[in-house]
Amino acid sequence: MSLTQEELNRLRWRCVRRGLLEVDITLEKFLDEKFSSLNDEQVQVFVELADMDDHELWGLINGTLEPATPQEAEVLAMLRK
Amino acid sequence: MNIPVHKYDAVIVGAGGAGLRAAIQLSEAGLKTAVLSKVFPTRSHTVAAQGGVAASLGNSEEDHWHWHMYDTVKGSDWLGDQDAIEFMCRKANEVVVELEHYGMPFDRLDNGKIYQRPFGGHMSNFGERPVRRSCAAADRTGHAMLHAMYQRNVKANTQFFVEWMALDLIRDVDGTVLGVTAMEMETGEIHIFHAKATLFATGGAGRIFHSSTNAFINTGDGLGMAARAGIPLEDMEFWQFHPTGVAGAGVLITEGVRGEGGILRNSSGERFMERYAPNAKDLASRDVVSRAMATEIKEGRGCGPNKDYVLLDITHLEPATIMKRLPGIREIAIQFAGVDPIKTPIPVVPTCHYQMGGIPTNYSGRVVIPQGGDYNVPVMGFYAAGECACASVHGANRLGTNSLLDLLVFGKSSGETMVDDIKAMPASHRELPKDAADLSLARIARLDGQKSGENVHEVRLAMQRTMQGHAGVFRFKNLLAEGVEMISQVEERVKRTEIKDKSQVWNTARTEALELENLIEVAKATMVSANGRTESRGAHVRDDAVDTPEHPDGRNDQEWLKHTLWFRDGNRLDYKPVNMKPLTVETIALKKRAY
Ligand SMILES: Cc1cc2nc3c(=O)[nH]c(=O)nc-3n(C[C@H](O)[C@H](O)[C@H](O)COP(=O)(O)OP(=O)(O)OC[C@H]3O[C@@H](n4cnc5c(N)ncnc54)[C@H](O)[C@@H]3O)c2cc1C
Repeated sequence: MSLTQEELNRLRWRCVRRGLLEVDITLEKFLDEKFSSLNDEQVQVFVELADMDDHELWGLINGTLEPATPQEAEVLAMLRK
Repeated sequence: MNIPVHKYDAVIVGAGGAGLRAAIQLSEAGLKTAVLSKVFPTRSHTVAAQGGVAASLGNSEEDHWHWHMYDTVKGSDWLGDQDAIEFMCRKANEVVVELEHYGMPFDRLDNGKIYQRPFGGHMSNFGERPVRRSCAAADRTGHAMLHAMYQRNVKANTQFFVEWMALDLIRDVDGTVLGVTAMEMETGEIHIFHAKATLFATGGAGRIFHSSTNAFINTGDGLGMAARAGIPLEDMEFWQFHPTGVAGAGVLITEGVRGEGGILRNSSGERFMERYAPNAKDLASRDVVSRAMATEIKEGRGCGPNKDYVLLDITHLEPATIMKRLPGIREIAIQFAGVDPIKTPIPVVPTCHYQMGGIPTNYSGRVVIPQGGDYNVPVMGFYAAGECACASVHGANRLGTNSLLDLLVFGKSSGETMVDDIKAMPASHRELPKDAADLSLARIARLDGQKSGENVHEVRLAMQRTMQGHAGVFRFKNLLAEGVEMISQVEERVKRTEIKDKSQVWNTARTEALELENLIEVAKATMVSANGRTESRGAHVRDDAVDTPEHPDGRNDQEWLKHTLWFRDGNRLDYKPVNMKPLTVETIALKKRAY
């Protein structure tokens, strides 16, 4: 899944205006530094993660919640670095 | 240019706790109500609140609204208006029980009643001992609150405009407020929302500081819009700080870390709290620790290349203890400070947490301004509630759990006032002025046309560093005076920001540039108000207003028992009296604020 420029712009807005500061910082940094290296499948997973509630997503990032799939675990591992 | 116009009875800017609570009132009264939000409602910053909401339900032990009122007045260092404080504390039980009926999953006692826990500053019997007054839904109180109220609004047919950014307030020649202009992010188009009553519930502006616990969204848009429309901002010198936010990131490190034995150190590794608080040391109260840290940094004993933070050291603790008792903190340190606290101390700074000041309102939610000798003349058609408003219940310092209460009580009361006002108005809307959208269009045109201008991120950073360095948790006379100069220089740079991306659709660069134009208004208001108030009170503490028998803790009631009003026009200050007269009970008399 590759994103159009428009979809990419929307994704950015939805990543950098979150309810939790922890999530804002993590997602902004990820977009700036790592997003462009994702393959199509990873992009899809990231878009789904970014759609989650803040508490749920932060729980997945900090390891208090278990990822649902190995693909999710892989993208989360990149988010944590 | 043809600007689309949307007509509503009521327009609410903001879908956090305050906006959602007000919208319930309006929609359930059958009024056509629009709510605008930069983000999906349940992503509003209210979602971050964990501690709970205060109400003297007395479910676990005896409690009374009058005791809660006393605590709030004392917490405010007597700057809160006692009519508004009585109103809020008396209404607390009602709004919490209503929330329960909306489906809020409060923690419960075995007998089914709402469980309550103690929280700093909340006491029984007029300050005697801690009382259990905070109602919570696990550590997701704000989250649960937003979900319950959003669902209720969907049922009541509130119209949500999600991912719309309000840009400017619309007033006619009489000064009556007729709505807002707003930008739809998905298209970049400017629209007009034409309303009989307009409520701002836009939340705080904590991003004016370099170190803030607030999410990126807290850019003070409501305050910027109000200031540009000629409305003064009240008590903007009062900001609550938390001692240990991760340097640079702002993410909170809880008090628990020092409870487990964490030690604060300066650049030479000294445990400096031994000098400031020989007994309590690192466990002294929040404001004492914050000020000690600020002094170390100011006197050149901060750490790092800019000498602008101190270190929170837990390397002497057993790794097993850290893993067991502070796992969340280790994660935060690794993620946001890039250090593993088992091996390396965590860089921390006093961090901005909550804005006590805001758009001046009365307890009915009406925005009030001085006019012809009367300090509290309502602005027709304009209301405000939540963190962006100043009712004023928090005065110079907020008590924890009182802000979630504030947004429920004043969200509801402003909604009720708007319903009454709208019903008393003629059926048709007042006419929109011809130039209703001109200011917003001009701002966008300036931004799009700017050549060889300033970079938004750089200017924002300059503003944040100026605020942190010159109007931080501990304030110094000369730094404040310099700060006023410096922030004016930053303002000049804000006027010349340039964005490279001129696309129309989801243009985050443009949105951030527009947000910066709001932040700078709040920054100026804060710096100028802080420079003006030459006493210490609550969260505003100056080195030149010290503890004397005449002025305990530097508080000077003879001269300074008054609210600050900052006007954008002329960058000038005025003052108005504190309302010391409650609605039904005796005044809570002035006293030194000691715990
Ligand atoms: C980490 C943290 C923990 C906290 N914990 C507690 C606690 O336990 N108890 C407590 O009482 N208080 C707590 N507080 C304070 C409290 O959470 C806030 O004061 C409160 O939630 C603010 O609510 P609000 O409705 O005023 O604004 P917000 O919830 O911030 O909502 C603002 C709304 O305005 C919208 N908006 C803003 N600008 C625009 C614009 N230009 N156009 C369109 N929409 C706009 C946003 O999209 C959002 O919907 C905490 C604060 C923080 C930072």
